[in-house]
Amino acid sequence: MMMLELCTELSIWAIPMAIVIIILSGLWSRVKVYEAFVEGASEGFYTAVRIMPFLMAMMVSISVFRDSGAMQFMINYLSPILSLLGVPEALVPLAIMKPLSGTGALGLATEMFNQFGPDSLYGRIASTITGSTDTTFYILTVYFGAVGIKNPRYSIYIGLFGDMVGFFSSIYICRLIFAS
Amino acid sequence: MINVIWAAFLIIGIIYAAINGNIDIITKSVITAAESSVTLSFKLIGVMCFWLGLMKIAEKAGIVKTITKILHPIMKHIFRNIPENHPAMGAIIMTISANMLGLGNAVTPLGIKAMQEMQNLNGNKEIATPAMCTFLAICTTGFTIVPATVIALRSAAGSVSPEEIVGVTIVVSLFTTIMVLLFDFLCRIIYYRI
Repeated sequence: MMMLELCTELSIWAIPMAIVIIILSGLWSRVKVYEAFVEGASEGFYTAVRIMPFLMAMMVSISVFRDSGAMQFMINYLSPILSLLGVPEALVPLAIMKPLSGTGALGLATEMFNQFGPDSLYGRIASTITGSTDTTFYILTVYFGAVGIKNPRYSIYIGLFGDMVGFFSSIYICRLIFAS
Repeated sequence: MINVIWAAFLIIGIIYAAINGNIDIITKSVITAAESSVTLSFKLIGVMCFWLGLMKIAEKAGIVKTITKILHPIMKHIFRNIPENHPAMGAIIMTISANMLGLGNAVTPLGIKAMQEMQNLNGNKEIATPAMCTFLAICTTGFTIVPATVIALRSAAGSVSPEEIVGVTIVVSLFTTIMVLLFDFLCRIIYYRI
């Protein structure tokens, strides 16, 4: 329980402390903090607006893929293949969802917590998968979209490779540690 | 590649729905997603402005420079094409630090700033540079010391010890980050030496 309290305390304090430290050191170095803040903030609006078409394109395409049932079909297809590699069938949807949608993956993880319990092996594996990597397509879309890069080169392979490594190593390491 | 994936999701989805007789789902799905993307971008505006504002103070106060100086010895090996005193290096390091510390919504604004700085070093503004790809590789892995969202979810689901996955998560994401950097190195060789 000590660990939990420490973790929650840390995540509650992190942002307020960052704000205080930045502003205090600004005052210490005689920065005109309010003017500097506004100067920086004025860049934010256009950047966010520039991302919108990229985000829209990607979200629409992923949403159609998911809502049409095609994603479920792919999951059903992949389950037997992945189970040969030692992947439990229950985890396959999470493997597909994780790179595509962050909220979707959190939703699936919650479903697994309800079905198997958060302290079951599957619950722990699902937690590790969700906590250890970020949403590849979101990051790719937003970061490249913000600067207008249309050709992301090989970075999509790297992102998906990372998701795969994260997925498989979560399963193997959790099995190793929580197996008993 | 991104073009193929994007088109494939849409076309496969529509054909699959047509075959199974739920073509009516598609229009609704398109509209809902398009609308929620706008909501998401607008929500980003506030967060972006706030963190970029704070970053400007941090920059002027010399915090960015100090943190960059501490982490530069490691980062210079990973981002070889970025000069030490270029603002891109500072922005990259701030993003990775914010990610590690779990500063949640600060990460995206800082990451975008880093991309903008790297774009200044880019000769062809539409094609990603190797440094951008490496940066993206690190960001998509998203190494965090405390995965706060997952811990909160586990706690909400009635876990006896929601935080017990912290150790495993650190091991997995460290391992993934290392593998991803190796793979990125490999891609660089394949894409630039042939």
